Order: sequence, then C-alpha cells, then structure tokens
Amino acid sequence: MGAEPRAAVGNDFTVRAPQALNDPTLRANFRRAMDGLMSKRAAQFADKPAWDSLRARGAAAKARVLAQLPALLERLEDKCRANGITVHWAETIPEANAIVLEILQKAGARTVIKGKSMVSEEMELNHHLAAHGIQAVESDLGEYIIQLAGEAPSHIVMPCIHKNKAEIARLFAERIPGLGYTEDVDALTAAARAELRGRFAAADAGISGVNFAVAETGTLVLVENEGNGRLSTTLPPLHIALMGIEKLVESLEDLPPLLALLPRSATGQHITTYVNMITHPRRAGELDGPEEVHLVLLDSGRSRVYGDDQLRDTLRCIRCGACMNHCPVYSRVGGHTYKFVYPGPIGKILTPQLEGLDCAGDQPHASTLCNACVEVCPVKIPIADILVRLREESVRPGGGDAVKGGGARRSALETLSWRAWMLIYSRPWAGRLAAWGMTRFGNLLPERLPLLKAWTSVRTKPRFAAKSLHELAREQGYCDE
Amino acid sequence: MAQPATDVRLQSKPERVYYFGTCVIDLFYPGAGLAGMELLRREGVQVVFPPDQGCCGQPARNSGYMDEARAVALRQMAAFPNDWPIVVPSGSCAGMMKTHYPDLFKGRPEYERAVAFSARVHELTAFLVNVLRIKLEDKGPPVTVTWHGSCHSMREMGVVDEPKSLLRQLANVTLVENPREKECCGFGGTFSVRQPEISAAMVTDKIAALEETGAARVVSGDCGCLMNIGGALEKAGKSMRPQHIAEFLLERGHGR
Amino acid sequence: MSDARANILARLRAAPRSPLPDRPDWTPPAFGESRLERFRAMLGSVHGEVVETTLAAWPGLLRTLLAERGVRRVLYGPAADVGAQLGRAWTADGDAPTLVPYDRPIEALKAELVHSVEAGVTSVRWGIAETGSLVLWPDAAEPRLMSLLPPLHVAVMAASVLYDSLAQLVAEQGWAGGMPTNALLISGPSKTADIEQTLAYGVHGPKDLLVLVLADQ
Repeated sequence: MGAEPRAAVGNDFTVRAPQALNDPTLRANFRRAMDGLMSKRAAQFADKPAWDSLRARGAAAKARVLAQLPALLERLEDKCRANGITVHWAETIPEANAIVLEILQKAGARTVIKGKSMVSEEMELNHHLAAHGIQAVESDLGEYIIQLAGEAPSHIVMPCIHKNKAEIARLFAERIPGLGYTEDVDALTAAARAELRGRFAAADAGISGVNFAVAETGTLVLVENEGNGRLSTTLPPLHIALMGIEKLVESLEDLPPLLALLPRSATGQHITTYVNMITHPRRAGELDGPEEVHLVLLDSGRSRVYGDDQLRDTLRCIRCGACMNHCPVYSRVGGHTYKFVYPGPIGKILTPQLEGLDCAGDQPHASTLCNACVEVCPVKIPIADILVRLREESVRPGGGDAVKGGGARRSALETLSWRAWMLIYSRPWAGRLAAWGMTRFGNLLPERLPLLKAWTSVRTKPRFAAKSLHELAREQGYCDE
Repeated sequence: MAQPATDVRLQSKPERVYYFGTCVIDLFYPGAGLAGMELLRREGVQVVFPPDQGCCGQPARNSGYMDEARAVALRQMAAFPNDWPIVVPSGSCAGMMKTHYPDLFKGRPEYERAVAFSARVHELTAFLVNVLRIKLEDKGPPVTVTWHGSCHSMREMGVVDEPKSLLRQLANVTLVENPREKECCGFGGTFSVRQPEISAAMVTDKIAALEETGAARVVSGDCGCLMNIGGALEKAGKSMRPQHIAEFLLERGHGR
Repeated sequence: MSDARANILARLRAAPRSPLPDRPDWTPPAFGESRLERFRAMLGSVHGEVVETTLAAWPGLLRTLLAERGVRRVLYGPAADVGAQLGRAWTADGDAPTLVPYDRPIEALKAELVHSVEAGVTSVRWGIAETGSLVLWPDAAEPRLMSLLPPLHVAVMAASVLYDSLAQLVAEQGWAGGMPTNALLISGPSKTADIEQTLAYGVHGPKDLLVLVLADQ
C-alpha cells in the first residue's frame, strides 16, 4: 500500500506538464477545486485593512522565529523535556526514519495510525516502516483515499483533490469489502469511518505532524477538521510527532494571529473544527492520552536554506496551500507534476533548495512570476523574488554554495545570448542598429525557429513595426529636451 | 522586496516628464508608445523621449542573469539624468524599474541612485489619473470593451482601478469586466518558451474568458500581454481586437 | 543522535542573523453585548447547535433532546460537576438514557467507547465568540476522548465564560503560565471536504455537536 517511492520515477517537471495538460478530467478537477477555494478565501479576507494588519502580525511572528531559530529550538526542547515529551533531532531523512523505527520497535509496535503529516511524506515513512514489518495506516480521509489508490498527495492540504467523486466511488467499491459503488459522499465517508475506527482502536502507536510548536510552553499545536488527528494523538499508547525545524512559534501570543490566518488562507474556513494543543503525555490519574510522546525535529536541508538570509524566508511557510490554490500553473498541471512532496509555488522554491537545483532546477522556471502567490501568502513569503534568486543560482558561474546544485543549468548558448542582449541594450548605438535591423527584416524570421515554434503553436507570429518608436519619437520631436 | 518611497513631490502637474517606451513597444507597438506620449502632451506636459533608452532589463533579471540585467539597468538610469518623473506605458516594465532596480543594486555603490531612480517611475494610467487628473472626452461610436490588467501592473505597481476609471469616463464605452481578470495570461517572458504547453493552456483559457464578456475589444496597459492575447485571438480566428489603452483613449478623443 | 543536534544548531548559529521585528499592532475583534449572538451564529455556521437553558433545567432538557434523537447510551464523567449534575438528575429516572461512566483508563473501556456509546457530555471551560469555539481542558474527571469518540458531543457551557477572541482568552487567563496536558478548541462537529469539496460530517469524531448554554451562569 502507498505511493511508489519517489526515487523510482523521473523528476523532470517539464516532461510531465504536457501529460497533465492532456488529461481533461484532471484539469477539470483542479479548476473546479481551485476556483472554489479562491472564492472562499476571498470571502474570509474581504476586509482589506483587517487582512493587512492580521497578515503583518502573522508574518512578524514567523520572522521572529527565524531571527531566533537556534535559541527557540533549544527553548522548545527544554520545555518539552520538562513536560515529559522526548525530543529527537534528525539531520537527514534516514536518521529521522531510524529514530521513528527505533521508538516503535522499542514499544513493540506492529501497527501505526497516522494523522496528516507532510514531513512523513518527505521521509517516505510508510515505505520505511513497511520494510520493517510495521504497517502504517493513513487516517485523514484524503490521505486514506490516496493510500488505497497507491498514490502520493497532490496538494498539501487536500491530498486527493485530483480525484473526483466517481473515481473515489470506484476505488472504494474495489477496496472496501461489502461496499458497493456509491457516489453518495455521506455513505463514502461513513464507510471510511467504519474501516478506520477499528484501526484506531488496534493501533499500537499514532504518528502526526505539527502545525505550530510553541517554544514558550513546549506545546504541540495541530489543526484539523476530521478528528483523526486527535484520535491518532490520544487513543494509542504512544504518540510520535514529526516536524521540520522551522515550524515553531515563539510564544502563545503568536498563536491566535497564525490560527486566524492558516485555515482562512487554506480552505476559507474561519477556524478548523479542532485545534489540538498537546503539552504533556498522560499524567498520573488521567484516563486517556498516550503514555509516551516523542517529538522528532527534522532538518533535512532546512538549516542550509537558513544559511542564506534571502532564501531563509522560505522557512516562514505555515503550509496553508493558498499559493497553490491561486497559482495559474498549479491549477492547470496539478500537484503530481511537481513529483516532490511540496507542489505549487512553495514547492517551486522549497524543493530545489532541499533536493538541489541539479535535480529540480526546472521548477523555479515553471512560473510566469505573476505574483498571485505573493499576494495571498499569509506570512508574506517573497516567493517571486526567491524564484528569481533560484534561477540566478541555477546559472551562477562556478555554482556557488548558496544552494545545492548551484550552476547546474548554466549553458554556453544561453549565457552567450544574454551577453548579446546586454550588448544591444547597454550600448545605445547597438540598440539602434538592432532595432533598425529587426524592424526591416525581423518579419522574415521563419516560424520554424525554435523560439517562434513554441510561440506560434497557439499564437500568430508577432509583427515587427516598420519603424521603431525611437525613430518615430525622433521624427515627432519628442527627443528634444 | 524593497518598497521605494512614492514620489510625494507630485502634488501638482509637472512641467516635463520623461517617457520610457519599453523594448516591446519600440519594436512591435510604436503606435501605442506614441499615443501615450500624445495623451501626456495634450495635458500640457512636455514629454521627453531620451534616445539612449532601451530595455528595462527585466528579461535578464527574470532569467537569473543579474550582471547582464544590472548593466542594462545602469544604462537606463544614465539615459534619464534629470530629476523628472519617468512615465512608462507598461505596468510590467514600470514594476521592474520601481521594485526591482533597488533590489538589483542592494549592497552596491549604485544602490542610492537606483532607489532615487525608482521613486520617479510611474505607470502611465496611474500617472494620468492620480497626477494629471485627466478628463477624457469620448467622440467615438458605442463600443463594448473588456479590460486585461497585467499581473505586474496590479501586483507590483498596485495599479488596479486607475485604467478602468479611465475607461469609465468614456460615455460611449461599455466596460464589461472579466471575472478572471486577475489570472495571468501565460506569457511570463521566457516561461512561454520553457513551458510552452502551460503557457499555451493559460492563454487559451484567457481568450475564452475574454470572449465570454462579449466585448469587441480587449484593452490593456501592457503590450507583452497584448502580444500574447492578441496573437492567440488572431490564431484562433476570433474577431476580438487587442489594443493598448493609450491608443484606445486617444482614438476615442479623435472620434475614431 | 546528539551529533545531529549539535550539527543542526551549529549550522543555524553560523548563518547570518536576520533582524528581530517587533510584533505590529493587531487588534482581534470584540463583540461587546452581542458576544453570545456572535458565538451562536458562528457555531451555527459550522453545523453546531446552540440551545439556551439554565443550571437547574439542563439535565431535564437534555433528556428530552436525547429522547428525540433516540440516544440511549451516554458517556459522562461522574467526578466532574456536569457529570455529577447529570448523575443526580437521571439516576432517579428509570426512563433516562443509560449513563456510562468514564471512570477507568481508556484501555479498559476501549470497545465501549469506540463502538457503543452514542453521546458524550462534557463541560466547557471557556467559549470564544469570534470563531464560535468551545475551549476544553480535558482532565481526569472529563478525559480527552469524551468529546471525540461518541457520535454526539453535548457540551455544557456557562454564558459567563464567553470571551471575544482566543487572543483575549490566552492573555487574560494567563495560559503561558501553565498549559494542561491537552487544550482543545472545538468548533462544530467533525467534518471533511476531501471528497470533491463536498462537506460531510462525522468522518472520525462526532457527527453532531449540541451546546447547552446556561444563561443564568
């Protein structure tokens, strides 16, 4: 069960995009979903001054975290320890997987129930556990659906958004014994509930993500609508929480503004059904809750991102998904085209930094820089500027060491083209000569030239004017001061 | 992103302005460029088009070629030496000069110059509305138009309502807004070459949305978008005509 | 794994420092006299049901409401005030639903809780008008799963514990001074929209949320 490991497939966004574009069902599913999410979000933030001040507060809360990250991580660790939560640090994904496996093996766990966790997707944890004889069952309905289908999430908040009702109905009819084909959403939901209830009761451990870890109090905050996150973190005797080292807040007072931004940006809800704040394992006299709580802090490239004070802002992300909901590229190609865990604009800036520009270097270019994501980001991540920065790093002579795989996309032809362009536009005589030539002969360029061929697939060839504006302006006396 | 101070000196009409024609207008749409200058001149402002100007540098900057972008940006800064407003008939090029010039020179000796330069940059329609407080006359026949606001005009320059307010001044022009106005048309410079299929899908959706308005023309303040949208309309054999807002406004004043 | 910790922290410490911004002013909304109205409207908008009653009347009212829904097995915390009131009112009444006490560790009650009880009755520590949220701090007398496993969650809240916003509550109640094992905000019944953005209730937790507001408290 579960998605095939990422290593087994190619990573070229550019190759996969046309395949997604040619799937009308997929495109319709995303278009419908994204349209709905955008209008729901817009309704939540209709009051512009209120949005501006809330967003400024949320962005400052995350900027404060980054300004003090090492100290806050240590404070979080101290507080968690004092609260009885065991803290583990993992530099790499294999380390994190080994930590989780060891905790589970020590407890003799055979089955695990999982709440939604993007970090666990990064870790490909389910595969790792399965390889060691431990079965991990996803309990978020969307995650459960894609686990049944053997797929990966296509959206960080709504993992099965690429599937429509009929596709899910077919899947359930096939995979859930005794359930016939039905497109009734209540019936499908009830079937999943019935299947998963027993899994919850039998699970030896629960694994979850973390939305915010409060350094001040050592509190793990999880937001969700279904209650599966609460079940995963309350019913089994052991709870393991996984988080990236950036998902902190400094203090409890930072939580209300971020909680006001996250669900409204994500799904247009004013709040999620549950905000679950965990500070201790079960204490003496308490009748439920896990006896043991572990927190695994995963680096996996984040500290390198942190090393550059521009790229660092990538780590403000609270994983609301608004950037993908508003992205004209994501909404057309869907999440699987990105192949890595984080799709859409945040993925385009995070993935190349975590995986390397040599491996995901086409992603920063898969954007028109339209800034739709920048406009809606609740913590003001300058996504477009970071995309441009990554483009710069990907062609930097000698590579540089700011980003893994720097310089990987540098080509002699491209460099030469930009040099020529620079010559034309930094020497007025060259510019005038080039303009004179293009206006006289540019229209003779054949459509089969590589650049024009791409352009003219759905457009006519641009037509050069007979005279440039430079010439006309001079003739009409605009050039005199 | 640096947020340069807006030009607070422009409480009243300046005597003279510079005009930055943009490279796309220079080569493909000089008529739109001239129309913008004519609109400014008609308002009693002397317009100066420095012949040494070229491209704002955005294509190189957006492709990650910062040295090349800086060389070209420096050339533009040199071409507009006097302390006059610089009016740009493109939200995208204006956005480059206003928001990204300071970023390009951060930590370099030219930084202060870039900040001062960027403060002088104005998008044409915003300048007509907010500084010149232009009053338009409409002598043209009734026509229905729709507006395409470019991404950079809206999101880098913050110019959203100004151009539409100009269109609304025209008595015989019906403006039908396109519900997907805020969605990118898919050009994105080299994006259209690197991701031709996605770019094509975006412009195909864009012209479908524009057509749904029933407008006879699509008016925009960015010739890059117009080249993309217009080229797609023509290739698909649609009758909707693309036009730069400066040309459209001038034409209405002449009764054509 | 102590190396990982040291290596991560060393890399973070070696990075250039970024400035520490102040927290800009932000005023969460306040509702004054219309606080309860706001609470009711917001909770109603997410499928929660709010019924006003009194301290003396609520056990009887609840009995009627549960009878209408055909609920027969009710989980309660006998050591909590709300549970004790329910116990006093219902035990004398032969027709009242069966009260199932949550008085043993979950391990001993798992089958009952996961599969049998039809409702759970809890108190509410505070309410939040802005978002229509119930704030629960589950404890030994009212454990965490009471508000989660049964298909109906009945929450009993005094009108006086209503705050405007979470920000106000956290500040005025001094949460930073000490957090409980588990603090919960509950805003409506369990729901999902994972299947084609269609809302469905009760996916894992309660399908229904009934809030009894004690107007005289």
